[in-house]
Order: sequence, then C-alpha cells, then structure tokens
Amino acid sequence: MAHLTNPLAIYMEDLWFSYGSNPVLEDVNIAIPQGDFVSVVGPNGGGKTTLLKLMLGLLKPSRGLTRVLGEIPEKARIRIGYMPQHSQLDPEFPATVMDVALMGRLGHGGFLGRYSKEDKEIAISSIELVGLQDFRKKPFSAISGGQRQRLFIARALACEPEILLLDEPTANLDVVMEGDLYDLLQTLNQRLTIIMVSHDLGFVSSIVKSVICVKRKVLSHPTSEITGKIINDIYGSPMRIIRHNGERNCTCQNS
Amino acid sequence: MSEFLTDLQHYSFLQNALLTGVLASVACGIIGTYVIVRRISYIADGIAHTVLGGMGAALYLNRVCHWQGLVPLHGALVAAIIAAVIIGLVSLRAKQREDTVISALWAVGMATGIMFISQTPGYNEDLMGYLFGNILMVSTRDLWMLGGLDAVIVVAGLLFYNQFLAVCFDQEFAVLRGLRVEVFYLLLLGLAALTVVLLSTVVGIVMVVAMLTLPIGIAALFSRSLWGMMIVSTILCAVFTTSGLAISYGPDYPAGATTIILAGAAYLVCITLKWAFGRFRN
Repeated sequence: MAHLTNPLAIYMEDLWFSYGSNPVLEDVNIAIPQGDFVSVVGPNGGGKTTLLKLMLGLLKPSRGLTRVLGEIPEKARIRIGYMPQHSQLDPEFPATVMDVALMGRLGHGGFLGRYSKEDKEIAISSIELVGLQDFRKKPFSAISGGQRQRLFIARALACEPEILLLDEPTANLDVVMEGDLYDLLQTLNQRLTIIMVSHDLGFVSSIVKSVICVKRKVLSHPTSEITGKIINDIYGSPMRIIRHNGERNCTCQNS
Repeated sequence: MSEFLTDLQHYSFLQNALLTGVLASVACGIIGTYVIVRRISYIADGIAHTVLGGMGAALYLNRVCHWQGLVPLHGALVAAIIAAVIIGLVSLRAKQREDTVISALWAVGMATGIMFISQTPGYNEDLMGYLFGNILMVSTRDLWMLGGLDAVIVVAGLLFYNQFLAVCFDQEFAVLRGLRVEVFYLLLLGLAALTVVLLSTVVGIVMVVAMLTLPIGIAALFSRSLWGMMIVSTILCAVFTTSGLAISYGPDYPAGATTIILAGAAYLVCITLKWAFGRFRN
C-alpha cells in the first residue's frame, strides 16, 4: 500500500511478449524504484528496446502487467522523456536544432500546439544542458551523429520528465563526450529516475545503481553483484572483464 | 516572349492562366512540402492517377447516360476519397503492403479512366487534357475554387504546423507526447487528396505530380526549416508555371509539358550542383 503514495517508477509482473510466434521476452518481473539509475544490458536482439517500448506502451504485451509511476503506460508516458535508439529518422529533414528540442514540449497544453515563451525557455536550457547551445539555429541535417544523439537527449529532457528512458545514448559518442554525458546523467539522477539501454557494460559499475540483463529472460542485479559469471550468462559467450584504474573505463570483451 | 507580354495585357484567358499558376503554387508549396518530408509523395501520385478513373466515369455518365450536372470534378472527388481511404487504412494497419496497394490503385484507376473515355463519344484529346490539363482554358469559377483551396490549406497548414512537423519528423515520439497521430496523418492525406483533385481538374494529373515533387525537391536541397521550405517551394512553383507559360506561348508548345520539362531540368541542375559542391568541398 505504501506504493500508492510513492509508486514504483516501473513495475512489471509476469510480462510476456512475442512478435508473432517469436517469443522475445518471457516472464519479466521487475520493480524499479524512483530515483534509481538502471542500465539495461544484453546481446543484440535480446529484447532491450522491446522492454523499453513495453514500458512506454508502444508495444502491447501478450500477457502480464506494466505500471509506470503507478499508472498504465499509455497514461503515464507523458511523464517519461524518451530518447529512441540512433534512429531511422530522415537525416535531411528540414528542421533546426531548436525545432527538434521544442518537440519535447508537445502535449504540455497550449492552444493548438503553439509553444509558449516558457516552452521555448525550457527547450533552450535543455539544449544548453547537452552542450549544444552554439548549434541552436543550425539545421538538423548539418550536425554530426553524436550531436544528433545529444539533441535527442535534450528533446527528452525538454519533456521535463520524471523518468528518463535512453536507448543507447552513447552509441555515436567519442570518449570525451561519453564522459560528459555520464556526468550529466549523474547530476540528473539526483532528481529523476534514469533507465538506459547500453550495448557495453563499460561504465556500469561507476555511476549506475542497478543493472537489468535482458536475453529473453530478464534479471535485475544491484551493480555490486555483477560478476564475470553473470556476464557470461547474458552474452552466452565467454567474456573477460578488464578493470582499468579508477574503474570508470572498465570494459568487457570477447576473449 | 514579347508577344506573351503584350497579349497578357489584352487576353483574360492568359491572365487567368497566370493567376492559376500562382494560386496552384501556394497549395503545392505547402502540401507538397508536408508530403515530401513525410515521404508519402508516392501516395499523392497514386491518388492523382486513380483520379483519372473517376473523371472518365463521370464524363461517360454525363455524355452517354445523360446525367446532367455531373462533371469530371465530381468523379475525381469520389475516386480520390476512395483511394485515400484505402491507402490510409492500409498504411496505418499493414505497412509492408502499402506500395503494392498504391501501384494497384494507380494502374486500375488509370485503366478504368481510359476505358470510359474510349467509350465516350466526342474528342479523344480529352485524355491528354486530363493528363496534362490546359492551363489556358481555366474559367473564373476554377480560379475561385483554387482560391478556396488555398485558404483551406494555408489555414490548416498554419494552425497545425507544430503537430504536422512533429508527426512528419518522428511519429513515435509524437505518439508519446499524447498527439493524436492517426488523426493528423489522415488529415494530411485528406488535404493532399483535396489538392490533387482540384488541381488535376484544372492543370492535369501529370502537372500535379510534377508540381508536388520537382519544386519541393529543389527547395529541400537548400532548406533549413519546414516553413522556409514551404516558402521557397511556393516561389519556385510560381516561377516555373509562369516561365513555362511564357516560353510555351510564342511557339505554341503545350504549356503544362513545357513547365514540367523546365522544372525537371532545374531539378537536375540543382542536384548536380549540390553534388559537385559537396565533392569540391571534400
């Protein structure tokens, strides 16, 4: 009953999902408290993005229950900021960086979808947070892949979300930008829940609080419990953990 | 060219033709931009060609069955609505079969139109009229109709600019922000169908396809924002129709075909230039 006053950020119970007759996720049971910082890891095609889309209500489970902040996903998703996987969007689309960030302000009232002065201020400060302030008036087609990625994070932040869902936010970033992003996420985590799909376990231990492993089955672990054994189980092939000094750059490789 | 300019001052049919080009440009510039960035230009083309079936049927019923008051516009409207509904439903429900359905409608629609026209007594050049139109035979009523179409499109295009932008850019994200994406998609398809219907009865089917594609394709090469692309498209559209008219007038070339070839050549030049500059810079 305590959940009524402070509901879980994400709660999934006995959730199953399949594309046609292809089972993708089986018997998912997860409970993510508010304020958590979760990394979702697993092999390609393991169902990471599917899991995120189920949280957003973009996909319907074949059975099971999902609650986001205590509500059904369709109702709660306006409170989620979502950054899709490096996307299928038209890279030549005629829109400015500011236009894209402003899309995060859709659905915040406003007559006929006009953006208010406040909407614009929020979009501008989101753009500043990801360090794109010098590119605000640039066309979307003229910025790099890494900048686009940061722009989609800014768009998600402009939603003023309570939960941030990021699908591979580091895919196109170089090491420096990656470090900046983790610093930003760590700061943001002080006030919102972050769930992030990641293709590598690289930084997992240093800033993430828990890890969800997805490979048809879904397992949650606090970061401290992650061992080579678990990683091997997830990726299905022997992996080697390389720990560098400071642990920030700890990476996993196929051995 | 000087003949065109002197005659323009004396003949109202020429003034009407010029005005038609400009009015059509506004509709094509706005709707064409949305259609291109949403990547549904083949849907607009499919609807445009299906329209021939409706126009042919209306002509046949009027001439042979003496259904007075039935004009090709009515047939075009019915055919376009049927085509838009079928394509819209298929594309929202079963994405992978969309192109097959459009090709089927396109071919069957045109075949039906040609069948009806062949069985209709009268001049057979009507078929060419429907395909390429005759901008020199536009009536004042047609002009009012085009003006009305422009008003509808400008109002809808401005009112729902942010929503259309979001739906065209990233439909999934728009859903997550609580936008009624299907409604806006069907509204866009409806506006495109309306544009196609009205313009195809005035300037011809092929001309509509050309005007919804070529000037917008050029504008897309240089545009930084959606509204900028609309303005550039509209201006280019007007330039092409006007210069097409002017160039074709003296030697008595078909005006529609001249405009299309002009726009096509400009498109080719712009694409080549952009490619060459891109390589040069690298």
